[in-house]
Amino acid sequence: MLNIKNLHVKLEEEDKAILKGVDLDVPAGAVHAIMGPNGSGKSTLSYVLSGKNGYEVTDGEATLDGADILAMEPEERAAAGLFLAFQYPVEIPGVGNMTFLRTALNAQRKARGEEEISAADFLKSIREKAKSLKIDADMLKRPVNVGFSGGEKKRNEILQMAMLEPRMCILDETDSGLDVDAMRLVSEGVNALRDEGRSFLVITHYQRLLDHIEPDVVHIMADGRIVKSGGPELALEVEKNGYADLLGEVA
Amino acid sequence: MGLAAKKQDATEARLAALSLPSGAGWADAARVEAVSRFRAMGLPDRRDEYWRFTRPDDLNLPKAPEAAIFDPQEAPVYSDIDRLQIVFRDGVFDPEASDDLSLEGIEIERLATATTKDIHWSKDIYGVLEARGQNPVARPFAALNTAFATDGIVIRATGQVSKPVHLRYLHEKIDSDAILHFVIRVEPGANLTVLENGPAAARFNKCMEVDVADTGIFNHIRTQGRDHERRAITHLFARLGEESSFKSFTMTANGVLTRNEAFIELTGDNASAHIAGAAMGDGDFHHDDTIFVTHDAVNCESRQVFKKVLRNGAVGTFQGKILVKEGAQKTDGYQISQSLLLDEDAQFLAKPELEIYADDVACSHGSTSGAIDESALFYLRSRGVPENEAQALLVLAFLAEAIEEIEDEAIADDILGRLEGWLSRHRG
Ligand SMILES: Nc1ncnc2c1ncn2[C@@H]1O[C@H](COP(=O)(O)OP(=O)(O)OP(=O)(O)O)[C@@H](O)[C@H]1O
Ligand SMILES: [Mg+2]
Repeated sequence: MLNIKNLHVKLEEEDKAILKGVDLDVPAGAVHAIMGPNGSGKSTLSYVLSGKNGYEVTDGEATLDGADILAMEPEERAAAGLFLAFQYPVEIPGVGNMTFLRTALNAQRKARGEEEISAADFLKSIREKAKSLKIDADMLKRPVNVGFSGGEKKRNEILQMAMLEPRMCILDETDSGLDVDAMRLVSEGVNALRDEGRSFLVITHYQRLLDHIEPDVVHIMADGRIVKSGGPELALEVEKNGYADLLGEVA
Repeated sequence: MGLAAKKQDATEARLAALSLPSGAGWADAARVEAVSRFRAMGLPDRRDEYWRFTRPDDLNLPKAPEAAIFDPQEAPVYSDIDRLQIVFRDGVFDPEASDDLSLEGIEIERLATATTKDIHWSKDIYGVLEARGQNPVARPFAALNTAFATDGIVIRATGQVSKPVHLRYLHEKIDSDAILHFVIRVEPGANLTVLENGPAAARFNKCMEVDVADTGIFNHIRTQGRDHERRAITHLFARLGEESSFKSFTMTANGVLTRNEAFIELTGDNASAHIAGAAMGDGDFHHDDTIFVTHDAVNCESRQVFKKVLRNGAVGTFQGKILVKEGAQKTDGYQISQSLLLDEDAQFLAKPELEIYADDVACSHGSTSGAIDESALFYLRSRGVPENEAQALLVLAFLAEAIEEIEDEAIADDILGRLEGWLSRHRG
């Protein structure tokens, strides 16, 4: 599904390398987790994959089912099935949540040559999904993320994911800022989407999330590289001993 | 030659190119007075405090600069709304193209007919509200209009008017110089909506005087149409009685020069005045809103909401004042003027002012100028919305506060469709 080879990325504006040769393969149907110290480049990886401005790929490649996603516009990547649940979801005053989601869904469908969803089907689907994430009708009507609490924003990301049904889901610290109940709701939302044709890349600092969303593989990122990969036990090790031992071992 | 002498020469040259209509009945006196008002003020130049942002040259010229006729290739605005249509071609009333002027709850007459009647209600308004609006800031083109208006309509609403009155201005000659004057009286308890659209002429000078009596309701929606080369100077003078309500919204797309002035006086307690505008310009576009709202009664509310979307060298200006007179307690005044600059060549100039002589008031004003929010744009695109569409969504979100001032949903939808159309035609 997602294949990243030797990916090097620097900031466009200054000579600062952030990703220094990332290698990562997430096969179809798999759940991979990335952990790593603050500033190691996890969000940068997610941004570069989804096409945010400000970064320059200096070497390497990233493909989604063989297609070079780095050459695509952000909207094309989305239509190809890539989705990023943002670490910091953006507030958009004046654009209603529903309008936003329907526009996005229909734009993706159009790009894929599919028919637009009818207003009735859309309403039915969004109501159902919002309910299971405990997002009330009022939140759906409000402008995108405006005045939402931290946890509400994260739940809204998962709602978008559920509606857009992407094949490759990247979750950047979706657990941070969530209370225990919300964590469970969000995990259930994610697990409900688990499917052999869908893959997840879950970025997190806490093992706790991985109790709910069980990963097949855990990667440790440090200083712009994946330095260690292993099974779920790797996350437990991080939880217990921090990164010092792990990184020392690598170095 | 000194600047003052230059100004005087320009003023005289402008006057020499115009002639007072003959046989204008009681309006003769009003017109002659207006000529002397105009002469005393003179044509504006850059030294005038409220003409620093806008060059008046094209308005000052004795002859109108030519403007190509533009075919917008779309159904005219308001087409789907049941309305009484009054058509002007290059500033001349066209009875053939217009609907029958009789309608329940309203009296509509051509200005020239009204002024020949010895006794007429419009006598108390024609040139009167305009003259009131000349202080403290001179509005010479309004005085010029009162003096030389060649056509116009007077409207008196006496009850619930069953449909809006639509003033439609067609532009057909490349050098037309139209001067239209409208007088509107909304009687106590009456409710009137006036719609306007069209480029009108190569150069258009329009003056509208609106007298809203106690408990009267006046709604005004205007779209200033798409001829690129047209020039327009418009004035809206309004006097509001007790518990009356006034709402005006203007959408402007294209036009090398548009200056919309408004002078609104809240003279009766518990009155409300809302005035809003959404302007979009690409390239050779200069749009100026010069708005004065005067609170002269207790417990009145006013809102000014002006938004401009500019790109590619387009210029937007806003000069807006809330004046709260002594004794106008419990005033609630709000003013916002904002521009969205779609590139680095566009420019927005603003002069927001508050002048308050009462102590128990709540007034706020704000003015901002900014670019599209890049992180919002990326967020939308990351969800699959193409860049152009994402940008259009953000622009419409920016304009939303102004568009919300349109009360009628069908009209708001119509206007929204025009805005979307404009945005889709003007993409980077
Ligand atoms: N646009 C930018 N301008 C300057 N520095 C940047 C930019 N983007 C990323 N960086 C730097 O790159 C490094 C990696 O940042 P990134 O956000 O990817 O880390 P992270 O692993 O997601 O950290 P965290 O766990 O705190 O979320 C940091 O040192 C960060 O300051
Ligand atoms: Mg991060």
